[in-house]
Amino acid sequence: MIAALDVQGLAVSRGHRQLFRDFDLRLDAGETVALTGPNGAGKTSLLRAIAGFIRPDAGAVAFRGGTGPLEAEEARRGGVHLLGHQDGLKSNRTARDELTFHVRWTGGDAASALAAAETLGLRRLLDLAVRHLSAGQRRRLALARLVASPRPLWLLDEPLAPLDAEHRALFGELMQAHLAGGGLVLAAVHDPLPIAARTVELAG
Amino acid sequence: MTPLGLIFRRELALAWSGGGGPVLALGFYAAVATLVPLSTNPSAHNLAPIATGIAWVALALASLLSLERMFERDFEDGALDLLLLGPAPAEAVAAAKCLAHWATTGAPLALAAPLAAIALGAPPSLAPLILATAAVGGVAFAFVGGTGAALALGSRRGGLLIAVIVLPLLAPPVILGGGALSAYAAGLPWQTPLMLLVAYALGAAALCPFFMAAACRNALS
Repeated sequence: MIAALDVQGLAVSRGHRQLFRDFDLRLDAGETVALTGPNGAGKTSLLRAIAGFIRPDAGAVAFRGGTGPLEAEEARRGGVHLLGHQDGLKSNRTARDELTFHVRWTGGDAASALAAAETLGLRRLLDLAVRHLSAGQRRRLALARLVASPRPLWLLDEPLAPLDAEHRALFGELMQAHLAGGGLVLAAVHDPLPIAARTVELAG
Repeated sequence: MTPLGLIFRRELALAWSGGGGPVLALGFYAAVATLVPLSTNPSAHNLAPIATGIAWVALALASLLSLERMFERDFEDGALDLLLLGPAPAEAVAAAKCLAHWATTGAPLALAAPLAAIALGAPPSLAPLILATAAVGGVAFAFVGGTGAALALGSRRGGLLIAVIVLPLLAPPVILGGGALSAYAAGLPWQTPLMLLVAYALGAAALCPFFMAAACRNALS
């Protein structure tokens, strides 16, 4: 179980352009960081580097558990949930099949998947194919997956973009509950998050 | 259910949803196996000696069909990120995908291969060996094909690229599988080519998951 994320001296390039260097970040259990910065500053790349998909030029990403440092690969596979620009949902499967598969894949169970769908108001949509859902509904399905997956560290890339005001507020409550349970949230955002958060700016 | 069982079942469901995986491969297989006699003199005397050869070439071509969807769909919609952040290592995810591809494409084609060969004039006594070689060869096709599919990730017109990467690597199983059948038909020892085919399939199953995992990580980075 991840209790802290420690990023030190991180430098990341895409193509031949270095996006940022000497980036430090410390995130503890129960804490939220809103990552801001102009387009192209490297917010998505930072999230993907923390998730282990992008190899940084320099610096280190370390995960700490309750009792000591965690092996990075293991910590990522058991404790990280990355919600990117894309929802990662198959358009010709039903919302129910996709939700339960992903939740079980991350180590959760079908009951918590259904409970999360209920919370996010997706109950009536569960038997529809994903392609019949609107962008906001698909995002809510991805959020239900996030909430039901037992992963402490949430890496969110513009999580609120397609949501209406009512569901933004609801997602704020779900984030609060996650934080109260010892979760950690790192969210790349342009709009302010619906909960109190420490802001870290990534200069372009 | 174990994590790999979950992936395997999902891949089976995906193969059936939208595109009808096995049915498509079987239809293509029947079309190729039917076209060859039409392009030449279709007398039994002419076709019988090459019947098993046609059956094998059609098998290799039909197994290419659904390769493009193996990793590309998950790559495009972002699901590959989530699969690699799951409980099983990327190598195991790739292997589970190949096994599911074999179950939905290789196994049905292996069942159809004896029918096609016999229809083209191969002796019915060959049927069990055709089934066995096609089933084993299908494992090699799935793992080698999966490697091509992973390497082609993110390229436009990936399907063509996959065919160009994969077809040369399918030559050994085609030679060995077809060789075992010709040897059997001629009354020669056929066990050696069959064992070599098994060895090729096992080698592919052991090595290819590492290549696929590396190719997926590379595509996502």
